[in-house]
Amino acid sequence: MISFGPTEEQELVRDTVHEFAQSEMRERARPCDEKRELPEEFLQKSWELGLVAGAIPEAYGGGGTGRSPVTNALVLEELAWGDVPLAAAALTPGLFAQPLLDFGTDAQKQQFLPLFAGSRFHAATLALLEPTFSFEVSSLRTVAEPKGSGFSLSGKKRLVPLAADASHLLLVARGARDGVAGLEAFIVPRDAKGLSIAPEPERTLGFQCLPRYGVTLERVEVPAEARLGGERGIDGSRLLAMLRTATAALGLGLARGVYELALPYAKERVAFGQPIAQKQAIAFMLAEMQIEVSSLRHLVWKAASLLEHGLDASRAATLALAYATREVMKIADNGLQIFGGHGYIREYPVEMWYRNARALTVNESVAAL
Amino acid sequence: MIDFTLSEKDEQILTAVREEALICRRYARYYDDHEEEFAPDQLPEAKDFKNPYALLTKRDELDSSMGVMSMLISAGQTWGDYTVRMRRGTGGLGNAALRASGTPEQQQRWNGKTLAMAITEPGCGSDSKAVQTTAVLDAAKNEWVLNGEKIFVTTGCRAEGVVVWATIDKRAGRAGIKSFIVMKGTPGFEVTHKEKKLGIRADDTAAYVFRDCRIPRDHLLGGDESIPKEGAGGFKGVMRTFNMTRPAVAAIGLGIAQAALDFTRDSLAAEGVDVDWNAGLHGRSAVQQELIEIEADIEAAMLSVLHASWLSGEAKPNNLEASVSKAKGGEIARTATQRCIALLGSLGISFDYLLEKWFRDCRITDIYEGTGQIQRLIIARDILGYSAAELS
Repeated sequence: MISFGPTEEQELVRDTVHEFAQSEMRERARPCDEKRELPEEFLQKSWELGLVAGAIPEAYGGGGTGRSPVTNALVLEELAWGDVPLAAAALTPGLFAQPLLDFGTDAQKQQFLPLFAGSRFHAATLALLEPTFSFEVSSLRTVAEPKGSGFSLSGKKRLVPLAADASHLLLVARGARDGVAGLEAFIVPRDAKGLSIAPEPERTLGFQCLPRYGVTLERVEVPAEARLGGERGIDGSRLLAMLRTATAALGLGLARGVYELALPYAKERVAFGQPIAQKQAIAFMLAEMQIEVSSLRHLVWKAASLLEHGLDASRAATLALAYATREVMKIADNGLQIFGGHGYIREYPVEMWYRNARALTVNESVAAL
Repeated sequence: MIDFTLSEKDEQILTAVREEALICRRYARYYDDHEEEFAPDQLPEAKDFKNPYALLTKRDELDSSMGVMSMLISAGQTWGDYTVRMRRGTGGLGNAALRASGTPEQQQRWNGKTLAMAITEPGCGSDSKAVQTTAVLDAAKNEWVLNGEKIFVTTGCRAEGVVVWATIDKRAGRAGIKSFIVMKGTPGFEVTHKEKKLGIRADDTAAYVFRDCRIPRDHLLGGDESIPKEGAGGFKGVMRTFNMTRPAVAAIGLGIAQAALDFTRDSLAAEGVDVDWNAGLHGRSAVQQELIEIEADIEAAMLSVLHASWLSGEAKPNNLEASVSKAKGGEIARTATQRCIALLGSLGISFDYLLEKWFRDCRITDIYEGTGQIQRLIIARDILGYSAAELS
């Protein structure tokens, strides 16, 4: 059944998260960006929303609400409306926990999921990106080679969020087969021998408040049990589809934020005797934003809906991300343009969103998460 | 719930639509080349197909709504061919106006007749409130007397009657515009010619002249009660029609765009160029990237159509969303076919295939039923809360 109506429960979740974004993220975003600071207090408050623990089954100490990619998409849109880098920080433990929920063996779930069931924010992360200009997810350079009964991992990773504080990294590497089908993920403790984390976070355009680190692996030996999914491994295509859908959902929230700020500004700002919104050059930019924000939302929802049904979502997720990559940047760009010189000043959030939009949608940005 | 899967019953209906569409496609080139001929109402090979709209009456909980399905059916039919799609007899634009604004007696009276809609005039297109055709009441004879010219009347030659926009009071502007039903054969009503067009050639597009054309007083759509003392009630009444037809027109164009994309993708795949949905940016060629972008555009546009129609099924206002779907659908129908031809190079323009025809056919999508620019104006006014005077 094709339907665009969230359930009452989803509406409630969405409203709750929106309030959180309004009260805990909007005002914090600028100082966090300027000082490149991620307040502990924010992480703790976000934890109390149950974003990560909620979906973990009760058997592992979680909330037991079950995984719902559609509800996730609604939540991500609202969080990103608040602030994308803060949203990414709050969700980083989920980058470890959710693949575990989807692909982990019973033993792996038993061992690691309870880490996220406590009342304190627990950092764990995902390491995917690599330091190559032509980074390509279907041909990673980090390799996992059989060693004894386990594996030896070697390679370099980049922009690994919260790596310095994480108890564990979910390390994505190239296994025996080529392409996305050959992707493997390994649960690696931060203090594993041969794993080193850069002393300082990397500095990037946008995402200033989220510490992201370079990680080097030199023949890091892990036991067979560290391979996510055990002998089955993971479904690389589904992992990618989830990351792509999530990234597109974040882009959606960012774009909506730009649109919602630019519209009233255009009605207030007077030039040549009338509000600039009364000029088609500006009014049509806003009309385009309305069109593209809703278009992107539908693409995100469709991908999420297929994921929810357990269907192959690789096509829908790739479409959503391709669309987000193009349209989110364009909306942020036009939003800044509507603000003119004021858009360039760090007093308004627009220039920050413009930077974050670019950072979110690079490398197809499974990365930026 | 938010859901984007089709039920088994939905799938069955749409599969049949596509099978029939492929039969229609066999005739597409012939009727493009013979624009003076009309495609038959029924093709011999398609005689056993049921009318898909008739199958929509019994909708179960897991089935998509009638509104959503009718958009998917429309797109599925033009995926075969715009003109040769079957069962045009279920009505023209005028039938939608009759359903939206007609009195119960009027609906009953003209039920089952194919009614065209005549709005555009040689001097007025998008600015439909500038209508010059006049209707004057001859109170003694209880008749309206129509005078004026109409052009670009879709299905104008084959229709059995027409809903005509005419002004009863030019000084009243849009408030003075009313719609009248005029049946073929009424003295003073003449079909002057069939237009020759870039595409949708076999689709009949007529020009009309009304010279002292007299119709009974009760042929005013909505009855005399539809004449407001003041305000723009009458005009808005007619604009309601668009609210339901904009997504449908977008769906029609997007069916063609989908045909173009499917043909392009299949043709390239046959020569070894295929999209890998898992690969990232550096794992794709420029052509693969373009295929992905076109597909994303068509999907986004179609979802906006389904959104607008889903809203109407939920009895929620959809004026904004209807214009969004038409703006998006018109743009993508136009540009997707342009880009598909670019991907297929010199074979893309060959008459050996239908791609060049689809490129011509669907160009109209961004023009009729409100151009893309008019849709953007409507959207902008809606989101900004501006009147037509504040944003013109």
